[in-house]
Amino acid sequence: MLYFSKLRIIFISLISLFFIFFASSNIIKFSNELLNKKINLGLDLQGGSYLLLEIDNTPVIEQKLQNLTITVRNYFKEKNIRINNIKLIDQKILFSVEEQFKQTIIDVFTDEDSDLNPYYSRFKSHQLNIIEEKDSFIINYSKQGLIELKTSSQDQALEIVRRRIDEIGTNEPNILKRGNDRILVELPGLDDPMRIKSLLGKTANLTFRFVTNNSDDSFGAEKLKYEDNEEEAMVSKRIILSGDNLLDAQPRMNNETNETVVSFILDRVGAKRFGKATSTGIGKQLAIVLDGKIISAPVIRDTIASGSGQISGGFTFQSATDLALLLRSGALPAPLNIIEERTVGPDLGQDSINAGMIALAIGFLLVILFIFIKYKMFGLITNVTLIMNLFILVGVLTIFEATLTLPGIAGIILTVGMAVDANVLIFERIKEELKNEKNNLIAFDSGYAKSRTAILDANITTLLAAVILFFMGSGPIKGFSLTLGVGIFTTLFSVYFIARLLTVLYVSKNKEKEGLIK
Amino acid sequence: MIAFNKYYNKFNILSITLVVISLLFLVFKGLNFGIDFKGGTLIELRSTESKISISSLRDSLNQMDLGDISVKNFGNNTDFLIKFENSNNKNVIEEIKNNLEDSFGNSFNFRRVENVGPKVSAELLKSGIIAISVALALMLIYIWIRFEWQFSLGAILALFHDVIVTLGLFSLLGLEINLSIIAAVLTIVGYSMNDTVVIFDRVRENLRKYSDIKIFELTNISINETLSRTLITSITTLLALLSIFFFGGEILKGFSLAMIFGVVFGTYSSIYIANTVLVRLNVSQKTVLREED
Repeated sequence: MLYFSKLRIIFISLISLFFIFFASSNIIKFSNELLNKKINLGLDLQGGSYLLLEIDNTPVIEQKLQNLTITVRNYFKEKNIRINNIKLIDQKILFSVEEQFKQTIIDVFTDEDSDLNPYYSRFKSHQLNIIEEKDSFIINYSKQGLIELKTSSQDQALEIVRRRIDEIGTNEPNILKRGNDRILVELPGLDDPMRIKSLLGKTANLTFRFVTNNSDDSFGAEKLKYEDNEEEAMVSKRIILSGDNLLDAQPRMNNETNETVVSFILDRVGAKRFGKATSTGIGKQLAIVLDGKIISAPVIRDTIASGSGQISGGFTFQSATDLALLLRSGALPAPLNIIEERTVGPDLGQDSINAGMIALAIGFLLVILFIFIKYKMFGLITNVTLIMNLFILVGVLTIFEATLTLPGIAGIILTVGMAVDANVLIFERIKEELKNEKNNLIAFDSGYAKSRTAILDANITTLLAAVILFFMGSGPIKGFSLTLGVGIFTTLFSVYFIARLLTVLYVSKNKEKEGLIK
Repeated sequence: MIAFNKYYNKFNILSITLVVISLLFLVFKGLNFGIDFKGGTLIELRSTESKISISSLRDSLNQMDLGDISVKNFGNNTDFLIKFENSNNKNVIEEIKNNLEDSFGNSFNFRRVENVGPKVSAELLKSGIIAISVALALMLIYIWIRFEWQFSLGAILALFHDVIVTLGLFSLLGLEINLSIIAAVLTIVGYSMNDTVVIFDRVRENLRKYSDIKIFELTNISINETLSRTLITSITTLLALLSIFFFGGEILKGFSLAMIFGVVFGTYSSIYIANTVLVRLNVSQKTVLREED
């Protein structure tokens, strides 16, 4: 029906004003928290870094299994069962027992209350699988066990990553889990991600261990390289102190040696152990090992009971600051690899905004001009609708504080180009109707009615494409699908409410005029 | 009225030829995948001095053993785009910075750095292929619900034509395929479908109206009736896309170009592929009426 009630007119105006108001809040600052909403700019527009980190869980799995071999041996030793040839190959534990004990072993590993092999009743699965093969057993992580392990190391890593990034003090970082072994880090406004990348790339596993000449140390020993040169030293595997015992770490200038050092404060347990080790080990070298490399190995001269100390190792002020930061925020449970990085400098972001806005303005003008030349009065109505549509689209994006990306701007421009389609379909239909129908009102009414299915079909197909993109795409592309998808709804609203209202007003004033639309 | 139907056969032959040539290009020349899908590193540089030439930049980088490296101007002669295959070196960006500083002094601004590992690029490629397949499948389902199967077949053939020929053109011209091209292809799928559906809607309406007009004539009538809409929408969409292409900056060039190709092919295919399928399947009033009962 070509009729709009007063109530409906008011309703349409209010909705339009509502969105236009929010669209304007991108430019005007409102003091009210609720009203002061803004479209977020994507990293490609405001500049910043997108880093996708993958947790390398292999060392964790191997370490856990390594520990398990000892636990298994001791556990069965108490039961007077001898475990033979236990070894770790390819993330699998292999061992054998005498024939009569085989069933006991299987029972222990498949018992739901097993001490050795936790049972996840929620998933109806044990942590470990046990397979009997000829004379030996193979134990490895079950699918569920691996998931549990990965999730827990992801949780820990996320926390450490957050601490490290907070320490550097970038504004509004976004740190999210992805899958069960990835972490996504978005750092808006960050110009040079070099430092963060190098900080996130370090596990920061710190240990204090004695240098030993004796390779048959009861804990075992390993040959480690120095951080700053190719020299090596034998270091005991016995850990005196680890990074977990640190309460604080700060870069300092040592006034005596004029060297930058990292000073640290230990917790109570750490202080006690450190005191004991330094009193019994006077004259020995204590190696400070970070991620498998020796930073320095000073000779112990005095007992240190204060629970504080210094690490020296030829630091620059920057490297001492970074090491202190890493030690304060704690060690990662497993190494992180950066598997995807996208960094946009702030000036490229600004250039993209400018280019996007210019393209939008020019595209908009061209479309408006073309439509006005083509349809005159109704072109004007279409154009008013188009402008309203743009405002409403921006308003919707603002209310939801959506993220606008460069492809997102392209989506807006494309919406402008395609939004005309619905009005064109209607006007062309009306023209056809006018060939057989002299009454303007009836012709307009049936023009609207008969074009409806085509318009719906046309918009649903585009919407389908946008929805798929939204769910499959990432970052910038998601921004495109968002503006394209939201644009479809705002277009339909503007065409069926705003444009139709204007058309009705115009046509009811010119009921008798011939050749109303050409 | 324009006699579009006079050229049905000729354009069908042309389309088949184009599709075959495109497929040959896709199989034998393949697509020029960007780092999104191939993995590797991309650096966009702007030099503050206009004197730096591509060859001197390339020479300087060639000393670094980065493998297959490509250096190109990007938009103008002070902007450069450097691409190379993934090296396992984590500090490669830092080293390149140092290297360029040694050779040219402090005259470069690193505007953009992208690094995609092999695992991620494989995943992105997979999800891109899935996205396009799902889009095609959804369109197929949608049109199948809305129309009779003859129409669905026509629309889907038109879609495949548009996607294949657009990708074929990208292969022929050696243009880069990255994530934004996938977005463009999906939008093309939506647009082409949109165009086809509008004409089909009219064909169906006319089939119900006129029982005595053969489909060969009837498609032509329908095309003509919707022609001005088809043209106006294509023109406004192209105006918007051309504006993105010329003014939207280098990053959107590939995307807008793919869309421009797609809109042109999409408009053509809704007229010359979708409709000719109806003619060849000899669709008649019975086809649409039977469905109604």
